[in-house]
Amino acid sequence: MDTIAGLFNYWIVIVLMMIGFYVVIADSNLIKKIIGLNIFQTSVFILYISVAKIDGGAAPILEDGITNYVNPLPHVLILTAIVVGIATTALGLALIVRIKEAYNTIEEDEIHEKDGTL
Amino acid sequence: MMNLLLDDLPALQVMLPLLCAPLCFILRIKGLPWLIAFVTSILTFAVSFMLFNQVADGDILSYAMGGWAPPWGIEYRVDRLNSFFMLLISGIGVVALLFARKSVDSEIIACKQSIFYSAFMLCLAGLLGILITGDAFNVFVFLEISALSSYVLISFGQDRRALTATFQYLIMGTIGATMILIGLGFMYMMTGTLNMADLATRLPEVMNTNTIRTAFAFIVIGASIKLALFPLHIWLPNAYSYAPSVVTVFLAATSTKVALYVLLRFVFTVFGAEFAFGEMPLQHILMFMAVLAVLTGSLCAVFQTNIKHVLAYSSIGQIGYMVIGVALLTTTGLAAGILHVFNHAIMKACLFLAIGCVYYRHGSARIEDFKGIGKTMPWTMAAFVIGGLGLIGMPLTVGFISKWYLVIAAMEQGAIGAVTISIILIGSLLAVAYVWRIVEVAYFNEPTKEKAKIKEAPLALLIPTWIMALATIYFGIKTDFSVIAATNAATTLMGAK
Repeated sequence: MDTIAGLFNYWIVIVLMMIGFYVVIADSNLIKKIIGLNIFQTSVFILYISVAKIDGGAAPILEDGITNYVNPLPHVLILTAIVVGIATTALGLALIVRIKEAYNTIEEDEIHEKDGTL
Repeated sequence: MMNLLLDDLPALQVMLPLLCAPLCFILRIKGLPWLIAFVTSILTFAVSFMLFNQVADGDILSYAMGGWAPPWGIEYRVDRLNSFFMLLISGIGVVALLFARKSVDSEIIACKQSIFYSAFMLCLAGLLGILITGDAFNVFVFLEISALSSYVLISFGQDRRALTATFQYLIMGTIGATMILIGLGFMYMMTGTLNMADLATRLPEVMNTNTIRTAFAFIVIGASIKLALFPLHIWLPNAYSYAPSVVTVFLAATSTKVALYVLLRFVFTVFGAEFAFGEMPLQHILMFMAVLAVLTGSLCAVFQTNIKHVLAYSSIGQIGYMVIGVALLTTTGLAAGILHVFNHAIMKACLFLAIGCVYYRHGSARIEDFKGIGKTMPWTMAAFVIGGLGLIGMPLTVGFISKWYLVIAAMEQGAIGAVTISIILIGSLLAVAYVWRIVEVAYFNEPTKEKAKIKEAPLALLIPTWIMALATIYFGIKTDFSVIAATNAATTLMGAK
């Protein structure tokens, strides 16, 4: 029971990660690929934040009577990773706009057909 | 004032190109962004040269970013390994930018050029940042800076396939970087630190946990995607082929090399060779993949019709040689691998610069454009031949030197060594095949009528091309600099743990 309920966050991380990864690999729609990539990255954010959590831990502010603090560093690290994720998503979507202009489609198999590859 | 600057050299190494990126973007006066980028790259090269000399005796230079002492703050750490890589990367940056002015003028419309140069500077800053930092999370941040800017750079290609190539690179690159991020998370979970030197002292206590083994696997696979190690190389050929000429030169000579550095740094310094090769079967995996990389990369190169594709597939094969050197797991093998990083960067830059000259005149780099080019563009083609001989591994070129040391390192190994040597020989024979095909078309075919009028590339393009061609010969004859630097780097790495 402990392994399922106690590690609930980590199970969610694994499930999200696999969903995201599967969408990136299996879907031929470019926007869905980017969304899949996003889910994949988000699962890692949750992983980091879950690592920081301590049962009964307080916010990391010095105050009398509190001995357990939640580690704030993973949150800060993940803030950086979120920014990176947004930049990647933005760049990916911008590329899709230009791909749409150049090929008039955003389906991967149709793009390959138009290029004569595959 | 001067002393103050000298103390801050490690910070300047990254800050100079990072600060110049917005400058290039803001000052949109014709020709100015290029000038800023070029001057910055020369300054960056000077900084890395000074750093290289400072640590040449085996000292380690530790710089606390913002005055926060490591392991709490971010530490920049220069040793003989990364100073050698930084010297290489910033040197290639200077040559690429020298080539860029004319080449970019012809390939990218004027109003977009400032964006191009600022992305170029960001990419340089990112690559140097990965090399210099001693903080594991910082590696991820700089990895993404360099990756995002190189996606932008590649998407500047004129062919519409540049866009799909960029998209594929973006997907694979992000997955690779995210995997490194997962690995870092696991390591932080077990040790509570992100400083590499600190990690190296704390990891042994928890080495026997599955968490650390998983972290190791994630980081190795993430770095291998960035390295384009077979079979994780699919993004590379198209990204190199459809990017603008300058970008191909720069990325081919730098980005995969930096990824190899990430792999070396994590495997040898952070995890330690004992864990990586003793407990985990990394040696067999790397050796197997590297051998396949040499064979398939070289074989694919033989059958391509776009010359940029030929060289891109040959890059995959050459990456295999570097990894073979690493997987031999001796100081000589490691030195040979690092030496090949240096030598391959020089000759691939030379080849792609020559292709850039051809592209400048012909507007494409298909094999039929090379008909009779030996007569119409003799200087360009001569530089190409020198680079090509390097790929084959002819004596008096850099390619021979690194293969020679690779063979020496392999001979110490007995049975595995014999297999390795035969793979190196087969790879070299395949290189003869794909280089000869181009040379044959260039020298023994007559140019078509409309192509016969095409003149030699302008001097502004020939000078950087020949700098690299002469470097290919120079470092092939006078080997003390590169061999000593590579051996020192390998000793530092092996002695680190």
